[in-house]
Amino acid sequence: MHFAVYLLLLFPVPAAWAARPLGERLPPRLATWLLTVGAVVLASASSLALGVLAITALLRFPLLARLADGRWSAQVAQHHDPASLSVGLLACAVLAAAATAAAVMLWRRVRTLAAAAAEAACMPGHEQLVVVEDPAAEAYALPGLPGRIVVSTGMLDALDSSEHEVLLAHERAHLTHHHYLFVAFTQLAAAANPLLRPLASTTSYTVERWADESAATAVGDRRQVARTVGKAALAAKRTRARGWIPAAALGVLGRFAPTEPGPVPRRVAALLTPPLRNRTLLVAAIVALLLATAVCAFEATRDLEALLDLARHGVARR
Amino acid sequence: MSVYEPTPPKRGRGKGELEAEVLDTLHHAAPKALSPGEVKDVLGDDLAYSTVVTALSRLYAKGLLKRSPRGRAFAYAPIADESGLAAHEMRKVLEGRPDREAVLTRFVDDLSDDDEQLLRKLLDIGD
Repeated sequence: MHFAVYLLLLFPVPAAWAARPLGERLPPRLATWLLTVGAVVLASASSLALGVLAITALLRFPLLARLADGRWSAQVAQHHDPASLSVGLLACAVLAAAATAAAVMLWRRVRTLAAAAAEAACMPGHEQLVVVEDPAAEAYALPGLPGRIVVSTGMLDALDSSEHEVLLAHERAHLTHHHYLFVAFTQLAAAANPLLRPLASTTSYTVERWADESAATAVGDRRQVARTVGKAALAAKRTRARGWIPAAALGVLGRFAPTEPGPVPRRVAALLTPPLRNRTLLVAAIVALLLATAVCAFEATRDLEALLDLARHGVARR
Repeated sequence: MSVYEPTPPKRGRGKGELEAEVLDTLHHAAPKALSPGEVKDVLGDDLAYSTVVTALSRLYAKGLLKRSPRGRAFAYAPIADESGLAAHEMRKVLEGRPDREAVLTRFVDDLSDDDEQLLRKLLDIGD
């Protein structure tokens, strides 16, 4: 197989390296879209590359070649396939592992989303907002039809009325823009190709930034949003029982190194600086990477087709 | 998951104080109903069994608890608060599957100690 196939396997590396700076430097909505589309395209492309390598390896076995189509020649496949058999078999194994991981993740996520929707539907009343008597300061959006915003009395007590507005605008943005889907798609891509994990963890951050900026637009004051996020986080730290959220849940995608600031201070810092502008060059670079991926994927499938053609006719064409 | 630890018992608490503690205990145990003996064990001081039964009966009479027969006694559970969604249910939602974190979008994540300092500095809030 030609180098296009190997390029497809390499592209996730620069993407992983660029993900986090991209999340900090582009407006959050654009960053979220680029990261999600990028993760899905790169994961599909790397799976395609593994598939191509796997097929070419399997065709070398006369039995499998015959099973696939009676007229294919395993010998021709051997002669004209530059990839070594061991690479092909390795690709088979990796592809099987990736497909399994992605399928397990998809199954779990669909179940969790269904459970969340069921819980949202079972909550009392028809209002979007559900207030829960609990001294621990907590607030979250629960996706569903319709989604709900759950806020504890502890959180309401910690904030004043204009800050309540910020909190609700933030959570409402999560629901109206379906942020859980962006997170799910990037995590699915990361399950299929673990090199893409930084894209998934960055997307979890950029959707928070997106909701922060939506809230800022709604209340017309970014500083106010920054203060609210900060106050809420401090109140939560004060009132939440330790170990409340299983540590495993936070570790699913690997947190950033503990010496670096966590998401809340970074969100606050971003809100205290002027809004980010589109960076044409950065966006162009990402689009170029994705286009290159598409071209390589096209090349790789054409190579495979050519090889299958040769094998089918059993003639050596130079 | 955190284990609920009641505040250390104070000597000579009033009737209302004991009732509040009992109610709190039942809220944390919910949806499991507790027998007076179990409530006494959680509160864990030198309370008399009959004192606990009295407190539970008073709370039941006030309409704050529901009860169901268990053995020779009753087991008590709190009646859900007005919103119908008890705090433990909200926590259950959060504590469920490992994927939960990705599906619910929490307003603020947990802060590390370093994060807290940084945050105070950014927002210019004292301790």
